Amino acid sequence: MHLEEFAEGESFFHRLDPRVKLLTLGPYTAVIAVAHDPVVPLAALVLSSVMAVVAGLDRKKLLNRLAAVNIFVLMLWLFIPFGYPGEELFFAAGPLTVTKEGIVYVLTITMKTNAIVVATIAMLGTSEIFSLAHAFVHLKAPGKLVHLFFFFYRYISVLHEEYSRLRRAMKMRSFRPRTNMHTYKSYAWLVGMLLVSSYERSRRIYNAMLCRGFSGRFPVIDHFSLRKHDIIFGVLMSTVTITFVIILTLS
Amino acid sequence: MHISEGVLSAPVLATGALLAAGGVALGLKKMDYERIPGVAVLSSAFFVASLIHVPAGPSSVHLVLNGLVGILLGWMAFPSILVALSLHAVLFQFGGITSLGVNTVIMAAPAVVSFYLFGPLVRKGHIMGILGGFGAGAAGIGIGSILVATALVSTGESFTGVAKLIVAAHLPVMVIEGIITAFCITFLKKVKPEILEVGK
Repeated sequence: MHLEEFAEGESFFHRLDPRVKLLTLGPYTAVIAVAHDPVVPLAALVLSSVMAVVAGLDRKKLLNRLAAVNIFVLMLWLFIPFGYPGEELFFAAGPLTVTKEGIVYVLTITMKTNAIVVATIAMLGTSEIFSLAHAFVHLKAPGKLVHLFFFFYRYISVLHEEYSRLRRAMKMRSFRPRTNMHTYKSYAWLVGMLLVSSYERSRRIYNAMLCRGFSGRFPVIDHFSLRKHDIIFGVLMSTVTITFVIILTLS
Repeated sequence: MHISEGVLSAPVLATGALLAAGGVALGLKKMDYERIPGVAVLSSAFFVASLIHVPAGPSSVHLVLNGLVGILLGWMAFPSILVALSLHAVLFQFGGITSLGVNTVIMAAPAVVSFYLFGPLVRKGHIMGILGGFGAGAAGIGIGSILVATALVSTGESFTGVAKLIVAAHLPVMVIEGIITAFCITFLKKVKPEILEVGK
């Protein structure tokens, strides 16, 4: 199961320190998320697109992701422009009216969503999941939570293999999913079997850890080092975020 | 069952983050070190299970199973769902960093409610197990969709139409999740009853 679609590459973002990424992305996306007017989201969308270009993201994969995210946004376009209080633009289908404010509101949401998503892919997608988890340790995230995440991510591919094996076994026995009780029962038992094997595996993992003297800490071999370009990027992103905050408070 | 980035207002996002932080803190308190591998690998199993698409008439729905997560993990459903959603946020961007708190509450709060309402029922006899399982599965989705609607309407009145649509669309999913959770509970009680004790 190949999950880290964007993590391979040699761009500036692939080499950036994951700690800097996490520290700067949080405030940046938060400011975009709370923006009221369309100015900050528009600026952010442009900036995020620049990041996507710098990160050298695969265009087709990126568009696929954006399409999936925008399904929810599309639903908002079908509802919100109608009946939103404000200046009437034109009449549509009898009692429904489209307002200018409604259009601006949904447009703002659309830009916010896409700006945040593109920035997240460009910054977090270009790091390996384990190095992000490692960065969270340095940022003083609760140790148990990081351990939980580590094991959780580590065993997804193992359990996905288990799942594929069970699916193959069902297929060989001519299982065809339909809308009936037999299908639901079979899927429920598939999930049940998956849970049973995950439970048994976790027991073995824990015993193996005890055998190797696990003391609640993972030794880390690779260490992060803050370099010049990390600091420059950090300062740049902070300046942008603070500028956004100033624009928001002034408007 | 998640809300995209950039949709909700600041107070809703902040409330979600605070509630999620509280739930996760409680869950982590219950989860001592020897339980971490168990909770984590069960979370991986639920992550894989959420990739299953079940046919529902002309369309199909993917499993959420947050009711079952609640029955198995209790308060630890909060950290379990948080890690799963953060992975979703990094890998697939279905819901992201700023909406992580809200989305965690949307899925984990119904899980904890299921744990208290249906957990004791599930551990009783056969028929009770089926009823409890159905209740947990249906409540997981039902309460979750109501929370999605609440978050949207608290952001703005103009979301009322979308919110109603979301709740209505989740009604058939409630039934399917109920049926699957009920079968799953019966299966686990027969094959591996210890799993039902993980969350205690």
